Amino acid sequence: MQLFTDSSFFLWLIVLTIPAFILGLMERSIKVYGFATSLLFVWLSMGGNRPALIFLAIYLIWEYGGAIVYERLRMKKGRKAGTYYLFLLLSILPLALNKFVPGRPAGVSVFGFLGISYMTFKAAQVIIQIYDGQIKEVGLFPYLYMMIFFPVFTSGPIDRSERFRQDLEQVPTRAEYLDLAGEGIFRIFLGLLYKIVLAAIFYQLMQTYGMERSWTGGLIYMYTYGFYLFFDFAGYSLMAVGASYFFGIRTPDNFNRPFQSLDLKEFWDRWHISLSHWFRDFVFSRVSMDLMRTRKLKSRLTVACIAFIVNMGLMGLWHGTKSCYLLYGLYHGVLLSLTEIYQKKSKFHKKHRKTKWYRVLEWFVTFQLVMIGFFLFSGRLEAYL
Amino acid sequence: MEEMEKKLLDLLTEICEDDVVKEEPDLNLVEEGLIDSLGYIQLLFELEDRFGIVIAPTEYKREEMDTPAKILEIVKRKADAK
Repeated sequence: MQLFTDSSFFLWLIVLTIPAFILGLMERSIKVYGFATSLLFVWLSMGGNRPALIFLAIYLIWEYGGAIVYERLRMKKGRKAGTYYLFLLLSILPLALNKFVPGRPAGVSVFGFLGISYMTFKAAQVIIQIYDGQIKEVGLFPYLYMMIFFPVFTSGPIDRSERFRQDLEQVPTRAEYLDLAGEGIFRIFLGLLYKIVLAAIFYQLMQTYGMERSWTGGLIYMYTYGFYLFFDFAGYSLMAVGASYFFGIRTPDNFNRPFQSLDLKEFWDRWHISLSHWFRDFVFSRVSMDLMRTRKLKSRLTVACIAFIVNMGLMGLWHGTKSCYLLYGLYHGVLLSLTEIYQKKSKFHKKHRKTKWYRVLEWFVTFQLVMIGFFLFSGRLEAYL
Repeated sequence: MEEMEKKLLDLLTEICEDDVVKEEPDLNLVEEGLIDSLGYIQLLFELEDRFGIVIAPTEYKREEMDTPAKILEIVKRKADAK
């Protein structure tokens, strides 16, 4: 069964949400029930695939084990960069093996189970935040529950462990829960509209008019694919957030009107927000600080450009090892760097940035750049080579 | 303490490239366009480098660090806790 896609999933979701709703109304904690429900969904989505389930179990033991061992070491020995990087690498190792060790055809790939890409963000962030001193105690139940929480375990949004844990401890009042459930149902229906109606329409348009290998065909493919991607993923994300609410978890939103962005920095604040903010907080800012520490680079701008390219290159690679993903990441890394340089250096930009015509122009250029990025991401370019 | 306050304001002036941060403690640095993400990262780096105060990028939200007064308050608290 595919989560948020198959009709059987939605039936299960309705049935299994009713007890959560009753617990919420009674002002009881939903965490134990939510955990059990998540286990059931893991079984429903992967139960037919024994190797996947075994890999998932090994993975969870590995990651949790790494986190508690590192937590002890951090407490005893303090902030040691060497130990930190070792444990960070260990937490990413299963995902790296999964991506880079080729799977046998028709066989199972190493650590091939649903959700490993998204779970690894959470596993790595726990290690990073132990190093930072923000996480003092990992806790078995909150850790496992965060990893397998069913609305988000396959494709996010990526939550933060401190935030998730806070929701586990705070039981909302009946009025608060009803508000939350209302917001949740709205998101689920809007998400359905996005994914089942709008994404499907753009997909049809793409298949019908966009497959011709010509300039017009390519342009139609580019725009229809871009909108398809948005409605498909934003629709899924809305439903995942909505379903989380019913279980008392305020999973963060993933999209905020990305196509109205005036520059690419703004775009990444509005598109796949939980992913880009994860990279901002755990990659970009840290790469920048490490670069500043070397004292080899005089200008802040140079630091930013290198950090943008490393950051977005990694983000591209995370999507998969195909060259189109890396290309997509580097494309955005380079464009973000150029945006930064342009906005810092250009007198023209500083002079006109508040005028209306300039803002319309900025919007127009940004929109095209975004769509070109999606075209690269789609891998469709290969058909033209 | 006063020594540190002066040093911190010098640092903010350096990062924001504007003396105004010394005069208006409640000025919103983000809204005024005086500090951006990279400015914040530089601030965290310099705090560690010059003051030995470690603040993780995820420790505070932007709204908690958007005026000279708020930043000063956090730095003082961190220095006391050391």
